[in-house]
Amino acid sequence: MARMRKDYETSWWPRLRRWIDAGASPLDDALEKALDETREGHQVLSQEEAAEREERAEARQRLDRAREARMYARFREWRQQKGRRWANMLYRLLAVTVCLAIIWVLLETAAYLPPFGHADNPAHNEVSRRYIEDGMTETGAVNIVAGMILDYRAFDTLGESNVLFIAACAVIILLRLPDARDGSGHTAALLEAEADDRMYEPKNDAILQATARLLTPFILMFGLYVMFYGHISPGGGFSGGAIMGAGLILYLNAFGFKKAERFFTYTTFRVISVAALSFYAGSKAYSFFTGANGLHSFITPGTPGRIFSAGLIPYLNIAVGFVVCCTMYAFYTLFRKGDL
Amino acid sequence: MTHPLWQSIPFFCILLPLGSAAVTTVLPGRIAKWWAAIALTVVTALSTVLMVIFGVTGAESYAYSMGHYPAPWGNEIRAGQLEAIAAHFFSLIMLLSLLGGMRKIDEHVTKSKHGLYYAVLLLLTAALMAQIYTNDIFTAYVFLEIMTISGCALISARNRGLNIVAATRYMIMNLLGSGLFLLGIILLYDLTGHLLMPNIQEAVRALHASGEYALPLNVVVALISVGLCVKSALFPFHTWVPDAYGYSTPTSSAVLSSLVSKGYIFLLIKIIYRVIGMDVMADTHIFNVLFVFALVGMVMGSLSAIRQSDIRRMIAFSSVAQIGYIYAGIGLGTDAGMMAAVFHMLSHAVCKSMLFLAAGGLADASGNSKQFRDLRGSGFRSPIAGVAFTVGALSMVGFPFLGGFSSKVNLAMAAAGHGGMRALLVLVFLAVSTALNTLYFLRTVITLYRKPAEGAQYSPERGRRGFCFNGALVLFICVNIGLGLFAPSIADAILTGLAQFA
Repeated sequence: MARMRKDYETSWWPRLRRWIDAGASPLDDALEKALDETREGHQVLSQEEAAEREERAEARQRLDRAREARMYARFREWRQQKGRRWANMLYRLLAVTVCLAIIWVLLETAAYLPPFGHADNPAHNEVSRRYIEDGMTETGAVNIVAGMILDYRAFDTLGESNVLFIAACAVIILLRLPDARDGSGHTAALLEAEADDRMYEPKNDAILQATARLLTPFILMFGLYVMFYGHISPGGGFSGGAIMGAGLILYLNAFGFKKAERFFTYTTFRVISVAALSFYAGSKAYSFFTGANGLHSFITPGTPGRIFSAGLIPYLNIAVGFVVCCTMYAFYTLFRKGDL
Repeated sequence: MTHPLWQSIPFFCILLPLGSAAVTTVLPGRIAKWWAAIALTVVTALSTVLMVIFGVTGAESYAYSMGHYPAPWGNEIRAGQLEAIAAHFFSLIMLLSLLGGMRKIDEHVTKSKHGLYYAVLLLLTAALMAQIYTNDIFTAYVFLEIMTISGCALISARNRGLNIVAATRYMIMNLLGSGLFLLGIILLYDLTGHLLMPNIQEAVRALHASGEYALPLNVVVALISVGLCVKSALFPFHTWVPDAYGYSTPTSSAVLSSLVSKGYIFLLIKIIYRVIGMDVMADTHIFNVLFVFALVGMVMGSLSAIRQSDIRRMIAFSSVAQIGYIYAGIGLGTDAGMMAAVFHMLSHAVCKSMLFLAAGGLADASGNSKQFRDLRGSGFRSPIAGVAFTVGALSMVGFPFLGGFSSKVNLAMAAAGHGGMRALLVLVFLAVSTALNTLYFLRTVITLYRKPAEGAQYSPERGRRGFCFNGALVLFICVNIGLGLFAPSIADAILTGLAQFA
């Protein structure tokens, strides 16, 4: 039988095999077998001899351990004090240098850009000219911004409202507490957190409640106005929705979750956002398809300035507004108590 | 202008998943799953039809306006051979990843959130399709945002502390990338006054010829390229990759590694050809930067992969190396290099998603452990996953008749055609990286087929993953082999598509 090298365990071939075997030693099986067999033919040491050997081995081990400990202590000290300080300093230095370099490059770039608001700028070309000059007659919207985002470039805005929706989805996935459907989902910690949050609800702050009672209807009304008149006056779905969301959050802060849940729950959120987005996607799909294929579309600009004009724009404003409002409110309540 | 009906396919491929995503959130989990699967099947079928039409008839690329207003005023999408190929592969991979990972989703995602998870997948599909077909750089940004946020949702869908950390890291790096990219397109709009790709290119050509705004133009190119590199995890920006791919549910890992990062790279290639233009891009020397980081990434990714003891993290680090291959192709700055990059994009996407799904199945058959020492013998306990992993590993290593072989040959040929120092560098790094790939992938395959550790008990029924999982993996194996067998014709088609791009 070939003899095994003394340092076989640490030579490269068994190390490779160990690595391939994912950590388990290839000798394990062999060793186990060897241990099972009774060892015959070995010279039995006397007790004194054995004790002496053990003592020697222990002394050697103690020495080794002490040396190792000293080495580790020194290394740890270096790492925690000098090394860490150096690394931190180097990191901060590099971070500051990189940031300053980027700031400098961007400032330098800004200095070379076309002057702000100059009439000869590249951005003042036939594209913006048509938006400004023909926007009202072509889209029927007096507010040309609404005409631009909801008619000329409605595809981008469709994507943008889906960005809001997917952000809400992501926050719900991350923060919403498991509900009854999840069975064992209600851990004690989650329930406790919820109870903690509700303990101080409602705040019963007289000034806040009086103000909120007075203001909330007006804020909601104003939000609706901004939304409905988005194609006639400055405003639109995004701003109107934000105002309405702010109004709802004010109401929630004044009167607590219990009262807010009477009219706004998770189901409300889902129904409103699904209805709004489906309407947006569906109606715009019709409009895109007819537009691309040159088909006749029953959507007409109407008389600019009237409330029922500008084709789909007012309805899209309402859809976008509700999505924005729901998303804002959902963000707030999810961050507060992990549910709607 | 009227289009024949088939030209509306890109429009349906974007609007169908977008419209069905919102509905998915209100459906109960089981129905949401099949609703999403059906929608993805329809998108895949439509994309296949479009690819076949382009391949058979050799049709020219066409623009399709989204609305009643012509292009520079309204939005526009555009479809050509390359777009059709990419859309076909992306939607197919999305569908197979969903089918293969369904059971794991049931296990990993809380029940009340299944509808949301599938909605996110559908929105991601819509965003990918829009990214592929868009002809407008701002539309690209909007859908890039959807891709970014959906990636975060996919990672954090599995409710564990590790996933939250991974999602946070992912978000920080990706938002940095989005910010740089947005800054780039804002400056570009300021310089050119356009958002439509061909119009920007015209203006950029004029600026380049006159030498006006040379510095801002360079900064724009740098911002856009670096932004997209950060998002697609090129080497020095890859630190979020192992956590994000390693800890999320297999479908999420498959989709993130093989589709989301590839979507950004596709956008970069589109910008190189259709927005900035190859010649202007080459004059800014950005290709050199990409090239250097790509080469370092090819080796560093593999070296990190060797040191892992967790199979999913190993595959994730291998992704870093493979992204390096793609950028090496781009960094050559030639059409052949771009073709190699696009081909590797496809072959890597097809292979990596299969590897992640198979690794999930193998871990399942090994008492839910992803450590190599527990995976010993799992190839016998979960046979189809074992075969799929082996095929994937061979493809990654570059075994003939598989996709990975052709993409390595393409890259080497492109480098040889380029000549000079770069050819030498690519060949050397390719050789080193391939050797390292072989080391860690074959080691894994050997581990899968070794005798399990003494006394380890595995419940046999956990190895049986059901019809969907097995079917998806078998289809994945077929796609991999098909990609290898039909590589020359696919490469030709990609070259035609790139010619249509310019």
